Amino acid sequence: MNQHELNARNLLCPIPVIRTQNKIASLENGDHLVVYCTDPGTLHDIPAWCRVHGHTLVSTEENRDEIIIEIEVVKE
Amino acid sequence: MSKQRKAVSLISGGLDSMLATKVIQDQGIHVEGINFYTGFCVEGHTHAIRKKDKEKEKKNSSLWVAEQLGIKLHIIDISEEYKDIVLNPKHGYGQNLNPCLDCKIDMVSRAWQWCMDNDFDFVITGEVIGQRPKSQRKETMPIIARESKIEDRLLRPLCAKHLTETLPEREGWVNRDELFDFHGRNRKPQFALAKQLGFSEWSQPAGGCCFLTDESYSNKLQDMWDSRGERNYEVDDIMLLKVGRHIRPAKHFKLIVSREQGENNFMRGYRPMYSYLYPTSHGGPLTLIDGTPSEEDIQNAARVVARFSQGRDADEVVVNYVQKHNGPEQVLTVKPMPAEEIPDDWYIH
Repeated sequence: MNQHELNARNLLCPIPVIRTQNKIASLENGDHLVVYCTDPGTLHDIPAWCRVHGHTLVSTEENRDEIIIEIEVVKE
Repeated sequence: MSKQRKAVSLISGGLDSMLATKVIQDQGIHVEGINFYTGFCVEGHTHAIRKKDKEKEKKNSSLWVAEQLGIKLHIIDISEEYKDIVLNPKHGYGQNLNPCLDCKIDMVSRAWQWCMDNDFDFVITGEVIGQRPKSQRKETMPIIARESKIEDRLLRPLCAKHLTETLPEREGWVNRDELFDFHGRNRKPQFALAKQLGFSEWSQPAGGCCFLTDESYSNKLQDMWDSRGERNYEVDDIMLLKVGRHIRPAKHFKLIVSREQGENNFMRGYRPMYSYLYPTSHGGPLTLIDGTPSEEDIQNAARVVARFSQGRDADEVVVNYVQKHNGPEQVLTVKPMPAEEIPDDWYIH
């Protein structure tokens, strides 16, 4: 399992979702991706995108200026 | 055993594409969704840049629809390639700067390419004849199928019975008898079908899902082209047209004045790209400057900024001018410009 990071700060949805989607396309089953965002919409959209694609949402964390979302990649 | 047929559905996030997808899923077709991001998409959280809209739920409609349907959704960023559609629409614009027919042809074409790349069989859309004056007319339906090069692999389940049989129908992948004959702007048949299919909630974007159908937005885009003397844009340009008051005191510069805290926060991200003004003696708006104002223009611009600050009734307001982000700041002490001194035609709306 490898840990990866994605900087999606200062991007408005759906761009953080698209960047997450494109990044995960290049990752392996079991890899973890931590996405750093600032758009509050990502708190809804990235978990929703994970649900429709079957990836595991490990955690979401909301600080004052930043949202951190960790995903475990699930590939058949 | 017959091959499992697969379709990709253009998911806008609205009711029609949701219904069209469900109708085809219920016929045993494997469906996945595709949603194209053009940069002009209207989304709940684009509006929610504004703090006053914070109580609104900030969900992406197309993802929400995909969840209701239990399908995968592929969101594809076409904002760069889409410029050619906006700038050079072969079939022209609608009421505003909306190139709806060219847009539909482009999206169907891309969806069909996606099908071929991913071993899918056909494309479905939620189009209904007569629902949209520019793109959803009986005479435009064949144009979309022909110019996108998808031909008879484009199925519109909600109005299929008004159209020539498509390949999925002829081959028996889809039963034409179970498709529909909706037409016109009356939404009652869609609402009845939604009820029948068990949907009690759906997104209803006011004014459509694209900023280009919005008169005020189109006016700002046209103004930007006119002032620059060329029809072009960057994605950042079209994002900024969505926020703030746009005030043009002269052809060579424009002010983008934030209207509240949410916009202020959003516009702060653009400070490295623009010169800007902000009041320091009173609370007030961050104002980005697009263009090349003279020193005298900056003085006047500072007075406009002061007019929108909490010091609008004060004798003097201190406004800082920053030509280059993180560079030296020029301190301007100005008298706020009275509202009646700002000509109506400075406001772009």
